[in-house]
Amino acid sequence: MNARESTELLVPIEGESGIVNARSLARNIARELGFGMVDQSRIATAVSELTRNIVRYASGGRGEVVIREVAGPADQPGVEIVVSDEGPGIADIEFAMREGVSSSTGLGMGLPGTRRLMDEMKIESGAGRGTVITIRKWRRQSGK
Amino acid sequence: MARVPIIRIGDMLIASVQEDINDREATDLQDELFQLLERTGAMGVILDVSLLQLIDSFLGRMLREVALGARLLGAQTVVVGIQPAVAVTLVELGLELTGVRTALNSDKGLRLLRQLMARTRTGNWSWNERSRKH
Repeated sequence: MNARESTELLVPIEGESGIVNARSLARNIARELGFGMVDQSRIATAVSELTRNIVRYASGGRGEVVIREVAGPADQPGVEIVVSDEGPGIADIEFAMREGVSSSTGLGMGLPGTRRLMDEMKIESGAGRGTVITIRKWRRQSGK
Repeated sequence: MARVPIIRIGDMLIASVQEDINDREATDLQDELFQLLERTGAMGVILDVSLLQLIDSFLGRMLREVALGARLLGAQTVVVGIQPAVAVTLVELGLELTGVRTALNSDKGLRLLRQLMARTRTGNWSWNERSRKH
């Protein structure tokens, strides 16, 4: 489908080592795609936050992360990361996205914090339906 | 399991956090620091995070808990070497390291820690007073 060869990586998450693994692979791919140091840090941190939710809340602490190269709206290079699990799901996504809601319950800085680190974030979930969170970041065009 | 070695120099404890520390190791480091503070009566802690390319909410919370917990055990903590990219990310993530003293590098961190420790000893908390020799 795609003319040029693109990167895609599937990382199974099982326990805490999965968090470290997924975030370093995400950083490596971001670096290969030409993202700067700060964006690499943002992307790796977003992956760390989302995969920790899997390890803490999903059934058996299992899930998976797919990291792939995508083209942005202006055809700029970008990265898309899909974090999914078959855990209890999020019953009220709007509530979970509210500032300060999840941080008190241990959900890291929660989803709003992760959203701020990325350009796009989409959450598909429901009670008992598991969770699929897709995040994207586009490379800045300036520079090279 | 890779552990974070904690070095004791005089009445200071120094730990350099390794690059790929996981949640369990971070919690272990915190526990071990508190135990060492109690056992040695050390009055200062330097936490070197310059190798960390990432501080997420879990690690950030650990840094805050070390600083606050150490203070309850009579010790001052300085976190040194937060990388610029990490600092930007922490701010955007919304993580406030309230109550955590930081310094650009370990030289500056040591200087700050010595000042803080001297003031703890003399009970003198004025910034303007020169700290007494110890």
